[in-house]
Amino acid sequence: MTAYLIRRLLTLVPVLAVVVTVVFFLIHLIPGDPVSVMLGPDATPAQIQATRQALGLDRPLPEQLFKFYARILRGDLGQSYFLDRPVVTALLERAEPTIVLTFSALFVAVLIGVPSGIVAAAYPGSLWDRVLMLSALLGVCVPGFWLSLNFIYLFAVRLGWLPAAGYASVFADPVAALRYMVLPAVSLGFNQSALIARISRSCMLEALQQDYVRTARAKGLSQGVVTWVHAFRNALVPVVTVIGITMAILIGGAVVTEIVFNIPGLGRLIISAVLRRDYPVVQGVILVTATAYVLINLLVDVLYVFIDPRIRYG
Amino acid sequence: MAEAAARPTWLKRLARNRNVVVGTTILAGVVLAALLAGVISTHNPRRLNPAERLKAPSLANYLGTDEFGRDVYSLVLYGAQVSLLVGATTMILTSLWGIVIGLIAGYYRRLDLALMRVMDGLMAFPAILLAIALMAARGPGVGNVIFALSVVYTPRTAMLIRSTVLSIRELDYVQAARALGRRDLAIAFRHILPNCVGPLLVQASFIFAYAILAEAILGFLGVGVPPYVPSWGNVIASGKNVIREAFWVSLFPGLALTLSGLSLNLLGDGLRDVLDPRLRVQ
Repeated sequence: MTAYLIRRLLTLVPVLAVVVTVVFFLIHLIPGDPVSVMLGPDATPAQIQATRQALGLDRPLPEQLFKFYARILRGDLGQSYFLDRPVVTALLERAEPTIVLTFSALFVAVLIGVPSGIVAAAYPGSLWDRVLMLSALLGVCVPGFWLSLNFIYLFAVRLGWLPAAGYASVFADPVAALRYMVLPAVSLGFNQSALIARISRSCMLEALQQDYVRTARAKGLSQGVVTWVHAFRNALVPVVTVIGITMAILIGGAVVTEIVFNIPGLGRLIISAVLRRDYPVVQGVILVTATAYVLINLLVDVLYVFIDPRIRYG
Repeated sequence: MAEAAARPTWLKRLARNRNVVVGTTILAGVVLAALLAGVISTHNPRRLNPAERLKAPSLANYLGTDEFGRDVYSLVLYGAQVSLLVGATTMILTSLWGIVIGLIAGYYRRLDLALMRVMDGLMAFPAILLAIALMAARGPGVGNVIFALSVVYTPRTAMLIRSTVLSIRELDYVQAARALGRRDLAIAFRHILPNCVGPLLVQASFIFAYAILAEAILGFLGVGVPPYVPSWGNVIASGKNVIREAFWVSLFPGLALTLSGLSLNLLGDGLRDVLDPRLRVQ
């Protein structure tokens, strides 16, 4: 297990190296002179020259890349021009809402998706199966941000049950936090529940056709015990993989959901940074989210071993 | 010879697949709406008419008007043009780049490792965030949206082509072609690529769907095509500001977006069932 973990951690090195390189080259994709774009039309040549030197853009490209790596390894993501503080500080201030939203949405997605898939698989071809799978297909196709707007219209504007937008920290006011989080988490989670439901269904169908399930039935066990105890555990492994993939989509989806619901997280941070051409912040946000995603996938791989004892890593 | 005989049944199987038929029909409707936008629209989608702002759907404005008095029905029709242009071009570009990178990686083992690490790295970014970051560097515009989405989605296609190439390159008929002295490029194009067509078509229809959705998201966030261009994402974004008074502004472009996504997903599912039975989801 330890050897596997070390090997798996080592495979992250090239991936993260590419991630950092892509983030580095972002500045160089800016058409024309990046510094004049960043500083806007009012900048004097002296300011432009000073900023170029401060950013090291006057040095040869390999040297710039090397210094960029060195900085990232020290945990230094640069300085935000507009927020007037280090990018790392800005990220830390804004991380909580995004983390809370992502995990709440994941909770909703699993809560809806896994049981739907299992019920559909337990009665294949039934009315339940058809209704659930049609909803899942629609769920995959409905754009999350548009669903959010419709939820706001229905549950906040029309019915007045929940606030239309805003955020409260779980640590400051848990009740308000819950009220603010319901709509964003449900609209973000609903999309992903569809994917989870479809995969759960097909994995369950496969598991239910196995010999040991027939044996369990032959022993006279009830349908419930066979489905939930015998088949479910074996269907869980691919489902966990999908949940890992789901996390990546949720992190991306959280950005959009934050804009709809006015949640002060990393999504709002990156979008305002894009509009203000605050490139260090843009670089910081995508670097951190990509790293988080890579680490989550590692975690999912490791989780397999606990779920499925048949998988052994030498 | 055998290929010519097999073709009609192949088409017949597609025509018999309900997902393919329904998906193609809806998609054809969207394409027609986009092509005929100039004829069937009732207003100029760019004309601002403050006197007519936020009118509910009526005979004068089938789907109502937005906060600037623009006709939502006409905006939705013209928005289809932007969505399909971005979706189709992204699909074509990702397929072309995917084929080139996938063939090289699958065929030249020495380049494989490096290319695939780069693809892994690109796939480590949440798709929409990488697109936002690329848009941040390039600035708003249809061309830049297409560029950003192509960069984001190419790795998926490249990995698919590579894995197909790897599974085919050691087969006897490819070895035979090599023994007959065919050059690498000829083998790649004549013998290997035709086998990638099925999976590629399936993948392409899903990428078309992702790209349409991603374009709308970028527009909604204000970092996609410029705000004056009538795109579904832009119209939904303007509807967000007036959701209390005028739900129809965001409702109808969103429905159009959902229908397009649905059509391409159905098409993709159907194509997969027909062309690639191994991947069939039960």
